[in-house]
Formats: sequence, structure tokens, C-alpha cells
Amino acid sequence: MSNSEPPAPVAGIVSGHGTFAEGLISGVDQITGLGGILVGISNRDFGGQELEAQMRDVLKRTGAAALFTDLPGGSATIAARRILRDTPGVILVTGTNLGLLLDFVFHAHEGVAEAARQAAERGRACITVSEAP
Amino acid sequence: MPIDLYRIDDRLIHGQVVVGWGQPLNTAFIVLVDDDVATCDWERDLYRMGVPPEMDIFFDTVESAIQNHARYAADPRPGILVTGDIATMRRLAAGVPAIDQVNVGGLHHRGGREERLRYVFLSADDERELRELAASGVTITAQDVPAADRVGLAEILGESAESQK
Repeated sequence: MSNSEPPAPVAGIVSGHGTFAEGLISGVDQITGLGGILVGISNRDFGGQELEAQMRDVLKRTGAAALFTDLPGGSATIAARRILRDTPGVILVTGTNLGLLLDFVFHAHEGVAEAARQAAERGRACITVSEAP
Repeated sequence: MPIDLYRIDDRLIHGQVVVGWGQPLNTAFIVLVDDDVATCDWERDLYRMGVPPEMDIFFDTVESAIQNHARYAADPRPGILVTGDIATMRRLAAGVPAIDQVNVGGLHHRGGREERLRYVFLSADDERELRELAASGVTITAQDVPAADRVGLAEILGESAESQK
């Protein structure tokens, strides 16, 4: 990609515990150079209402339409579900992993919702267990 | 077995409660006491989605929690009771003398609150509520996760333990 091309628009927000979002976005950027289409938000130091407000603000500022969170029962997911209640066109994916985000950043320009659904399938497939014989 | 943990946490159900405490305590049920959540189908469904299928979650107003507490305490399974603010726990404890220890697990930054610990921010009203709860005979400590140090009320409020005596 040429340096003269405008940066791709933000498509997704990654939110979770500690440096979960920062680490995953760092991994995406190292592998693809496309970390810039994701914005990370840590739930650290936020109450539920404040985390939700932070997510709403980033959604509004960036036009992102996908929310990626860690635990299905974590505070980031709870905040995201509240946003989905009154924000049409936003999609939530829980249990996010690196493989999932890598798939998303390569397909987000084709349609965020479908890219997120497809990425979730890829994320599931990334989880394997191997044991020594 | 009595309820293992009475916790004040403005996030209510979240990772620290379900996993951080729930795993080591082998928690089988959570009682969420909140007047707004208990009376709203959508809110109850939201928090129900936050617990794993093997864990029960019960929703109560303060009034119904006072009525149901003996049943929860008689449940042989380990349980956690959580409120989202100090005032709710104080009202509950006033009606349930068996509550003698309360954990402050998370009260985060918002307008009018000052930082007391990394995960505890208090307004003047919050501080008054905590003092009233302590004056009623409840031991109050702060501890966000089991591996962290437990902090006494004097330290939370920035007072020396000596000045509390």
C-alpha cells in the first residue's frame, strides 16, 4: 500500500479487560499493517456507565459499526449490549481473538456486519487443542 | 452455608465477579440486588446473559432481598450477593442483621467522586453512607480481586487506623 493513500476508516472498536484491546490491535498491526481501522478501549478504571459513554463517543466520532469484546459476561459486553439496544446497524462480537480480528480487517471494506459474522467463524476455527501422543 | 461475599460494585455482573471471585469461591449463584434492574425485564435479561449457564442468578429489589435473604443464606451452594452502590447495601444491611462484612469491589470515577483507591472513588455522600454502614456494625473492606490485598475502611477513607479507635 502506498503511503499517499488515505488511511482506511475506522471499522471496529475492540474493548475488554486490561490491555486486551491494545495487545490485539498491536498484533493485527504487526501482521497486516491495518491496526488503524480498529480503536481499542480498556474497561480498566471505568464504571459501567462511563465505559458505555466512552464506546458511544468513539462510535459517533469514527463511524465504526462493529464492537469486539472479550468475555460474554464482561463489563465491555454489557456496555455494548446497551448500545445495541438503541443503535441500529451496530454489530457485537464476543470472545474476540487475534485470528478473528485478522479476518475482519481484511474484509471490513466489503461490509462491516458480514465481515464481523464471517470473522466470528474464523475466530472459532482458530481455537484448537493438541496433545502430545 | 451463608453467602460467601457481599459486594458493592457499580458494574454489578462482570468478569471480576463471575470469574475472578466466582471461580475460586466455586460460586453457584449470584443475587443481584438493584431496584431498577429487578423491575425491568430487559435489564434482567442483559445480566442473565452475563453469567455462565451453570450459575444461577436471582434478581431482587432491596425489599424482596430482605424477605428472601434467609432462603439464599440457607442454600448449601456458595453464593455472592452484589449491589451497585453503597446506599443499596446499607438499606439491605439495615433489614438483614446477618450481613456483618461487606466488600467494596469497584466504585469507579464519575463526577463528584474522588479517588481513594485505584478502583474506589467516593463522593461525600458515598463516604457518609460507608460510615453509616460501618456504624451499624458491618465490617467494610475493599478488595477488587481475591489475589489483591484487603484494605480496611480507615485506609479507604485516608485515615490512620489509630484515629479510628
